[in-house]
Amino acid sequence: MGGRRSLQGEAAAPGQPSAVLLYIVRRLVNVVVMLLVVSMITFGIFFMVPKLTGTDPVYLYVGKNATPAAVEGLRVKLGLDKPLYEQYGLYLKGIVVGRDYPTGTGVEHCPAPCLGLSVQNEDPVWGDLTSDLPITASLAAGASILWLILGVGTGALSALRKRSIGDRVTMVTALAGVSLPIYFTGLLSIYLFCYTLNWLPDPSYVPLTQDPVGWAQNLILPWITLAFLYAATYARLTRATMLDVLGEDYIRTARAKGLPERIVIGKHAMRSTMTPILTVFGMDLGGLIGGAVLTETVFNLHGLGNAALQGIQKNDLPMIMGVTLFAAFFIVMANLIVDLLYAAVDPRVRLA
Amino acid sequence: MIIRNRALAAVAVVGAVALTASACGGSKGTGSSSDAAGKSSFNAAVTSIVNPSAKKGGTLQFWANQDVDSLDPTRAYYAFAWDLQRLYARTLLTYPSQPGTAGLQLSPDLASAMPTISNGGKTYTFKLRTGLKFSDGAPLTSKDVKYGIERDFAQDVLPGGPVYLQQILDQGQKYPGPYKDTDPNKMGLKSVQTPDPQTIVFNLASPNSDFEYYLAMGASTPVEAAKDTGANYQKAPLATGPYMIQSYTPNQAIKFVRNPNWDPSTDPIRKALPDAIDVTITTNADDLDSRLLAGTADLDIGQVGVQTAAQAKILTNPQLKANTDDAPNGFIRYIAMDTKVAPFNNVHCRKAVEYAANPTDLQTARGGPTAGAIATNMLPPNILGHDSYDPYNLAAGKAQVDKAKQELALCGQPNGFSTTIAARNNKPKEVKTAEALQASLKAVGINLTIDQYDGAQSSSVIGAPSVVHKKGYGLMVFGWGADYPTASGFLSMLVDGRQILADGNNNLSEINDPQINSLIDKAAAETDPKAAAADYTQINHMVMDQALYVPVVYDQALNYRNPRLTNVVFLQALGMIDFAALGTSDGK
Amino acid sequence: MTTPKSDSAKSEAVVEMSASAAGAPTSFLSVRNLRCHFPTDDGVVKSVDGLSFDLERGKTLGIVGESGSGKSVTSLSIMGLHRNVGKKRGPQISGEIWLDGQELIGATPDEVRKLRGQKMAMIFQDPLTAMHPYYTVGQQIIEGHRQHNPQVSKKAARDHAIQLLDRVGIPQPDKRVDQHPHEFSGGMRQRAMIAMALANDPSLLIADEPTTALDVTVQAQILDLIRDLQKEFGSSVIIITHDLGVVAELADDILVMYGGKCVEKGPADKIFSEPEHPYTWGLLGSMPRIDRELQDRLVPVKGNPPSLINLPTGCAFHPRCPYVDRTEGKSTTETPLLTSVGENHLAACHMPLEVRQQIFTQEIAPRL
Repeated sequence: MGGRRSLQGEAAAPGQPSAVLLYIVRRLVNVVVMLLVVSMITFGIFFMVPKLTGTDPVYLYVGKNATPAAVEGLRVKLGLDKPLYEQYGLYLKGIVVGRDYPTGTGVEHCPAPCLGLSVQNEDPVWGDLTSDLPITASLAAGASILWLILGVGTGALSALRKRSIGDRVTMVTALAGVSLPIYFTGLLSIYLFCYTLNWLPDPSYVPLTQDPVGWAQNLILPWITLAFLYAATYARLTRATMLDVLGEDYIRTARAKGLPERIVIGKHAMRSTMTPILTVFGMDLGGLIGGAVLTETVFNLHGLGNAALQGIQKNDLPMIMGVTLFAAFFIVMANLIVDLLYAAVDPRVRLA
Repeated sequence: MIIRNRALAAVAVVGAVALTASACGGSKGTGSSSDAAGKSSFNAAVTSIVNPSAKKGGTLQFWANQDVDSLDPTRAYYAFAWDLQRLYARTLLTYPSQPGTAGLQLSPDLASAMPTISNGGKTYTFKLRTGLKFSDGAPLTSKDVKYGIERDFAQDVLPGGPVYLQQILDQGQKYPGPYKDTDPNKMGLKSVQTPDPQTIVFNLASPNSDFEYYLAMGASTPVEAAKDTGANYQKAPLATGPYMIQSYTPNQAIKFVRNPNWDPSTDPIRKALPDAIDVTITTNADDLDSRLLAGTADLDIGQVGVQTAAQAKILTNPQLKANTDDAPNGFIRYIAMDTKVAPFNNVHCRKAVEYAANPTDLQTARGGPTAGAIATNMLPPNILGHDSYDPYNLAAGKAQVDKAKQELALCGQPNGFSTTIAARNNKPKEVKTAEALQASLKAVGINLTIDQYDGAQSSSVIGAPSVVHKKGYGLMVFGWGADYPTASGFLSMLVDGRQILADGNNNLSEINDPQINSLIDKAAAETDPKAAAADYTQINHMVMDQALYVPVVYDQALNYRNPRLTNVVFLQALGMIDFAALGTSDGK
Repeated sequence: MTTPKSDSAKSEAVVEMSASAAGAPTSFLSVRNLRCHFPTDDGVVKSVDGLSFDLERGKTLGIVGESGSGKSVTSLSIMGLHRNVGKKRGPQISGEIWLDGQELIGATPDEVRKLRGQKMAMIFQDPLTAMHPYYTVGQQIIEGHRQHNPQVSKKAARDHAIQLLDRVGIPQPDKRVDQHPHEFSGGMRQRAMIAMALANDPSLLIADEPTTALDVTVQAQILDLIRDLQKEFGSSVIIITHDLGVVAELADDILVMYGGKCVEKGPADKIFSEPEHPYTWGLLGSMPRIDRELQDRLVPVKGNPPSLINLPTGCAFHPRCPYVDRTEGKSTTETPLLTSVGENHLAACHMPLEVRQQIFTQEIAPRL
């Protein structure tokens, strides 16, 4: 009988702690490999491409006025005097054990994980990034909670009231949200709330630990602006997914059991709807922590996006490398967490 | 090399912001005190001191949309970073806080008087004032001045700043800087002597009329050897001026407070009115403008001009306009004609271009009158030696087709000719300039092909004569700014025939005229800056007579100042408001 | 052509229709003149158009027809599972459905909801898609049980679920109760589905193609199970299928649907022994039978089911009917009425009864 067959097949049930642990370990190894590849590519782009086009990469980082001594000094500092593989090896070694840099009067130790010294201010890139992280994380966390609530809520309502006026209004608003750039909605909201209505202070970051109310007050506009952009996407995604899910047989079954609509929608339909949204959410959140460049620029937040921007403006290679790796790390980690959550939400998914 | 690394306006992102910005703010108006309104007017700070006052106290709210390149005076090159140095880093000589050309005349700062010049203009002897101290309380001696200058030599550790002193003081010694100095006291630079703690003597290899100007740069500020942390010094440099750095968060904020070890009796130049100065670095240039107009920010210390949205607002509002200055900042935009590329080897063909060009159209391409006045010759108004010489009547702002055709006939090209004009592809205004010239020259039969090349590579494209000849660039659009306000610093690189380099060349016309060359040498040997300026007036006239460059505009930037600011002076030497002179009228 | 017999049949049909006006019927389930129309951009889809039938307590009714004949729509109407009923673009449902003395079409959605899963329950065709993939089988059974019996503790509900799983023949029910549907085989899943439907001991069980998605050996087991359970629980059962074979052993009565209408209904043995509609003959012919060679079988009904938007005029079956020339042209113009052809046996065909009986005994029966 079929039943017996499948009973035997169940011996290796998914979700056993050891299996999950093994899976996480294997994925973490993948994360490391992924970051290695990303770092190699980034390294390649910034060091090899200038060579291929016949320019000395060091000239990208010194100004036009560079004296030969300045050029050589920077060459040594960036390790450009060594072969590429050796430079890369030193970079990796720095991440693991740290690195020492001469300052002229002595040696500056860049503790592990050392992503090099910023060309701009001679500070370890790691320190700059970790001090910028809370700002970006605050921005991303607040905005993502808002857009999840807003986006999923309106999307679900829209799906339930398909073709109603409310649905149409919501979807047009969502389209506007997707289409309007941050520097439009952002500046408009600053103008409205900070200057015209005087409801909020001019945006600038206040640490959460220092002044929670100020923190929220200063971030509320960037949150809303960013959430508006993403909520729009999520509303559309939720609506489409929810409509699909509502057509599923198991929703009809739930109704056939006599469950009230709030349970049919709120529990049965919502849980299935959330699965694809979770996937997108993980990617978005990971990407956002890598830097919301426009939002940070418009709202004067000195987060990772801003660090990336400054790095590019000032040809600060170690900073650019650092932000890239940092962003890559968060995206891969977000991916891993999403996959774990996915397995938790959908029992059919096996962590293998 | 002399191009000053001007703090450039923010990146493309911010540029995009500017386009869509509905002028934020302006309705708060808390800062627009009316008591100063009578004294303030458009461009008032250029010719006079606006709101003169001795009222002390308050905190200046400085804003910028870009961080300084370095707080270590040895390493900074941004113009506004140099202006900020006036708050905390004193030099032997400096520019007085005076409007107009008075502000171009150096005066003693750490030095008690102007130097004694002897040995045929080759030896400069300075005496220091008494009672000078660093912000840590240590006495400031001539050895510290020498050490500070020695640091300029350590380019491997401290790159980024100007290297004029290194070039002129090394004299074949190959001095590696104090960090690799074998002298136990790190006093190994031979051309500079410190016979006693109050005296410092510079021995030059040949006379140089610009030498004093080199000493007025922050890169010659004294540094206490025991407190030098090399590459890390920029995080917390010691102060010699009235203010010291309390805290510095890169890309975010700099806070200046009073330096308790600064003695006003040793400093005749700085009034040190405010109690503190806060520099806030924002990422949003339009927001910065909104704060300025709303009165919550005092000054955009980038001084490169307000964004488009705020500019429109200011120019249509007389009250706002009264608090702005729009003065030449020392940059000139021009189109070079290469005398080695036919038919520009013939002076008449070059003159034909001067006449056929429409100066008004070229000015429009740069952004109109607000962005710069029509240039009639190659020396901007804030350079000593400037005059209004205008052999091609460019000031009239019109193309002169008849004269251009006469010159074409004399050149043997009565029906015109074809050539290529090069423009940097990352400088939209330069591309527009090329397009404007293309349109004007068509009227006399000169057909231009515009070649947009990789702007980041300009030193190896238009800076390499062999490339220029190969590509047939008869015309090249470019710009130039001076590090210090002398004509030699400005013009010699553009016209000295002995400075034609294979790579990184700036003499784009490739002119090698013995008469010009000898005048350049004569000017360099002058010990009196005024005499040198007169020589350059002559050089400038020759350059124009030979039609080597089509001057386009002298750059200007429309900058807004908070009406509460006192002692506002536009310092011609830096092309911007003097930060060190400012105070607040409300004491806040 | 009119015969006294058909006259009386006509009047009988009228009587049957007017029964609705007479108030609550005595049958346990009574469907009266059910119409279920779906407005679409192309026109109105008349999925069910004037269907009436009765079902007594403890009896089994088989509703048979091709896909699109309206049989599933009928069951969803009884269960009240159509969405947006009465809305502008929603289905238009009329007629009466009486379940144990309560009329359902006129009842509020909440009244019907309270009956669902309680008094009437449904088993769906594909148990894989019909069960929520994210919840365990136990959770899905318990949920339905406690919805209608909130006083039951979670523990008791779980025990109940295990008992049900045990009853439907799932081994190790105490373990299986915590597994997810995808961990079950097809047959086991359908058993679980049945357990879910039985959670509240419903008086009416509707099984919509309960075996279609299963392989043949499992089909028989499931049908046996349904029969046993019906005896045990005393429920009335409606089995909806396209396969007469499925209901052959199970049903007391059979209703054959075509184009949203009933074309023949009667006691199961009569339908099999004396079918009086050419469409029923076709269905009988398409029954798989182990004792026949494949090539000997009647070719099942040729052609495709009719469009429910533009039903053929007259008898909806006429374009596919091999005997259309024997109706003297009426089948293309007149809609045949259900007329009595025996005790409790009705059929809607223009052919004279004698002609039909002759065709069946001479042409059809030998080949079955």
